[in-house]
Amino acid sequence: MSMQPPKVTFGAVVKGIGTQLRSLFMIFMHSFRKRDTVQYPEVKPYVPPRYRGRIVLTRDPDGDERCVACNLCAVACPVGCISLQKAERDDGRWYPEFFRINFSRCIFCGLCEEACPTNAIQLTPDYELCEYNRQNLVYEKQDLMISGTGKVPEYNFYRVAGMAVKGKPKGAAENEAPPVDVKSLLP
Amino acid sequence: MSLLNIFPQWLQPYVASGTTAILILLSLVIVAAWMIWLERRLLGLWQDRYGPNRVGPFGLGQVIADMIKIFFKEDWTPPFVDKTTFWIAPFISMAFMMLAFALVPITPQIGVGDFNLGVLFFMAIVGLSAYAVMLAGWASNSKYALIGGIRVTALSITYEVFMGLALMGVVMQAGSFNLRDIVEAQRHVWFVVPQFFGFCMFILAGVATVHRTPFDLPEAEQELAAGFHTEYSGMKFGMFFVGEYVGIVMVSGLLVALFFGGWLGPGVDAHPWLALPYFVGKTFFFMCLFILLRAALPRPRYDQLMAAGWKVCLPVVLINLLATAGLVLWHAQHGGA
Repeated sequence: MSMQPPKVTFGAVVKGIGTQLRSLFMIFMHSFRKRDTVQYPEVKPYVPPRYRGRIVLTRDPDGDERCVACNLCAVACPVGCISLQKAERDDGRWYPEFFRINFSRCIFCGLCEEACPTNAIQLTPDYELCEYNRQNLVYEKQDLMISGTGKVPEYNFYRVAGMAVKGKPKGAAENEAPPVDVKSLLP
Repeated sequence: MSLLNIFPQWLQPYVASGTTAILILLSLVIVAAWMIWLERRLLGLWQDRYGPNRVGPFGLGQVIADMIKIFFKEDWTPPFVDKTTFWIAPFISMAFMMLAFALVPITPQIGVGDFNLGVLFFMAIVGLSAYAVMLAGWASNSKYALIGGIRVTALSITYEVFMGLALMGVVMQAGSFNLRDIVEAQRHVWFVVPQFFGFCMFILAGVATVHRTPFDLPEAEQELAAGFHTEYSGMKFGMFFVGEYVGIVMVSGLLVALFFGGWLGPGVDAHPWLALPYFVGKTFFFMCLFILLRAALPRPRYDQLMAAGWKVCLPVVLINLLATAGLVLWHAQHGGA
């Protein structure tokens, strides 16, 4: 196939000039269009309530911390950004002695929230986490704890699961069903 | 005038013209620098976004911020370049564009030069300013820069031929190469009307002169990295950059002077102070048109541009030249004008 030089005809020239002028006019008409830019710091974009942003530790309706330091979140975390240390109260209830999330590693996948048996750890729609100092992205327990219940207002793990107290095992109290034996295959 | 009296009598004209020249030069550079802001805002407007709007009111301070940044950038001369030429090229680029502005007649009183061969001087300067890009491309000793330099060589041969011929129609009608005479000759009708084809061809050549999109083949970013200034950084790059905008202001000013009646406009004889606003307004219009061209049009292929230059523009200006010559002769014969 040999390359033919482009044929310059009068019609082609007129048509070419016409298309160029047309695009000039069309682009000029964009002066009167609405601009697409969202002026971010002044105008915030809409964030859905289930958006996976900054992670918080919530409290139960009684105001006690929900976290029982079971470590499931730390195990579920694909990047290993959660670390915590179990401690035990006098009544045998577990709680985290420290709870640390390194947000410079966190990928906001939400697997910790799914793994949590007590709905303690939750993701919030806050996405503005910038820091000038990388170390400031490591959040300690006091940075993570909030005073409210988060997305599940009525939930208290021990009210649902029951709790063994002195001389009275799980399921023995009034209006309580015996606990499911999770190790049995029987219905 | 009173301030001038502190100088001896023989020195006063030099001081006066020198001060005017420096003032015009300063305003030219400042206008060119702020045109970077104007371009970014207008491109934003035409692309449905804002452009720089954070630094200062309407983002006007962006230019200052950019200038401070570019001044403090490392001015790196790569070890493989031809040092002398590499250093000279950006100075040529900016200096010649400024030099050409010297002959733009701003108002009857304001202006740097008043040459009898103004149009020819402009052609000479434009021819020389192509060397800035050629030298930069050659001295950089890199493929992309060299291709950019070679492109400008071929491009300048193409456009300078029909640029000069496009201006000859105006020169014939005005009967002078002097830009002030040309402006005065447009008192009844701006040359854009009788010289419409000359105007179209000159604006094409003007865009090519300052290597603006759509004729930015020497620095075609998508193909050649940054073309002839690929190896440049810091203030040397800044001089190419500002030189380009000085060129736009200069070509816009010339377009106004040659085809749009310069400072002339309704009521300018009764109110001489209107001359400056008329000139500035018209020039601003053409500066915006340059930006609109960049916003709207894609870059033609290299051979397409050459073909258009030689096969379309050149015949058009030649026919225009003949027709103008015939018209001028006919008028002279029949005592029309």
